[in-house]
Amino acid sequence: MTTVIKKIVGSVITILAVSCLVFIAFEIISGDPALAKLGISATEEKLAALRLEMGLERPLFVRFFDWVSGVIRGDFGNSYSYNMPVSELIGEKALTTMLLALYSFLLMIVITIPISIYSALHKGDLFDKAIQIVNQINMSVPAFFGGMLISLIFGMVFKLFSFGGYVSYSKSFSGFLSYMFWPALAIAIPKAAMAISLLYTAIVEEIKNDYVRTAYSRGNSSRGVFYKHILKNACIPLITFLGMAFADMISGSIVIEQVFGIPGLGRILLSSIQQRDYPVVQAIIVYIAFFVIVSNLLVDILYRVIDPRVR
Amino acid sequence: MKKTEKHNYNLILGIVLTAIVLIPAVIGIFYTPYDTESMNLALKMASPSFSHPMGCDNYGRDIFSRIMKGSSITFLIGVGTVFWGSLIGTLVGAFTAYYGGVVDEILMRVNDVIFSFPSLLLALVFVAILGPGTYQVLFALAIAFIPSYARVVRGEFLRQKSMDYVQLARLAGAKDLRIMFVHILPNIRKVLISSILIGFNNAVLAEAGLSFLGIGVSPPKASLGSMLSDAQTYLFSKPELALFPGLTIIIMVLGISLISKEVA
Repeated sequence: MTTVIKKIVGSVITILAVSCLVFIAFEIISGDPALAKLGISATEEKLAALRLEMGLERPLFVRFFDWVSGVIRGDFGNSYSYNMPVSELIGEKALTTMLLALYSFLLMIVITIPISIYSALHKGDLFDKAIQIVNQINMSVPAFFGGMLISLIFGMVFKLFSFGGYVSYSKSFSGFLSYMFWPALAIAIPKAAMAISLLYTAIVEEIKNDYVRTAYSRGNSSRGVFYKHILKNACIPLITFLGMAFADMISGSIVIEQVFGIPGLGRILLSSIQQRDYPVVQAIIVYIAFFVIVSNLLVDILYRVIDPRVR
Repeated sequence: MKKTEKHNYNLILGIVLTAIVLIPAVIGIFYTPYDTESMNLALKMASPSFSHPMGCDNYGRDIFSRIMKGSSITFLIGVGTVFWGSLIGTLVGAFTAYYGGVVDEILMRVNDVIFSFPSLLLALVFVAILGPGTYQVLFALAIAFIPSYARVVRGEFLRQKSMDYVQLARLAGAKDLRIMFVHILPNIRKVLISSILIGFNNAVLAEAGLSFLGIGVSPPKASLGSMLSDAQTYLFSKPELALFPGLTIIIMVLGISLISKEVA
């Protein structure tokens, strides 16, 4: 239990460290936000007035402290280019991206588990061989190109969904889910390919163990042995991968959103980078970092629950 | 017996696939059949023909030439990223593992934090700070890739450090640097080479992603990702604009990953 608390404290420190780094990095390089907002034609008096209004005259340390205490309260400051609170600006978009990442994650698991179990138990079959080849290819497809292929094949040729017909979850959740299925699939496929090859190898290795033979020889049902022992042990190497995969899926979502025209964090992040609207960029990065770190923490805890050796 | 034969097939296939992309890419550094940046409206969206085997894009530029040039840029970014990432990563991993101590503890903590971040996102942050462009992308990706090499090398060094040959070398009076880079490093080459190859693939995919988002290699320069980004608008009317660069990425990554499987 104490180790879990240690991990949580470590994660909190990490989140603080990341936000500190993000703040300093943008603070050093971003130049003068007042100048960026008003343009080069602005007069010196106007610039000075705006700097005072934006609080840029205060020392770095004070601003950082201000920013962090704001972030803890969920206040990320104001966007330079939209003149509204960042949290208001990115709130719905952040949820959209997170739902997409979560959706992809679930799809990945739904694809991975049955396929790995079936092909590991039928090692050497035609199905198994086909899966190995398809997997190898799937791992080589960039997710956004996969998304283009999906929209070409299922959107244009088979007309299974109308491309660009994104429905917000607040309008119709079922419409949202049915449209998001395709981008989520594009993100899930390459990750599932990696997960399948991991779980497959783990199951094949696990079956070879002596304890499996002992369990069978003691007359345990093969189904029981498989689910209670083999699968449970084989999932352990998968857990670390799942944590990293979820983190990757968040950044994958940002790219895929551009393919499918989804108004998530991707578009606003890119336009904020181009317009040097740093409060927005900072907020999005800290937001994503938060989820990455929390998912790593969950993986650590899950690890302890499943694998008694680490306890 | 049968197993080794099958393995060789994988290696040959990997080399063939890589060569299909790599040879035109290397030639593309010095020569392309047509200019890759100047526009020619007479050839706008031309279909594949004898003189333009893959057709022309929305600005009338020869797609085949752009793929040659684009894959050479993508290739160079991949090589540069892996070179700097693995060089610095190896040094960090080797020194921290060999000497241990507080520095090791701190660096590895930092490493874990960076490592847990998706490399695409990290690169995005760096590009946000540095601005878009070929070298900025290379720099951003190299930094994003250092932790994974440091981690691999550190793990291997820790394992080798306690082995007999290292102890003997030390008894024989070898200096630390000599032990690290003449004795230990050659022994971890297999792991290092395969992680370099995998890293190259990840760099290619990350570059493609960044350029696709429009913050990587900037137009009119071609890279495989920026070509896909341009093709996105015409996906339904002219899918081959996207298919050719996309397939090039797949063949390149597939070839290298087949090779990396065999050398590991």
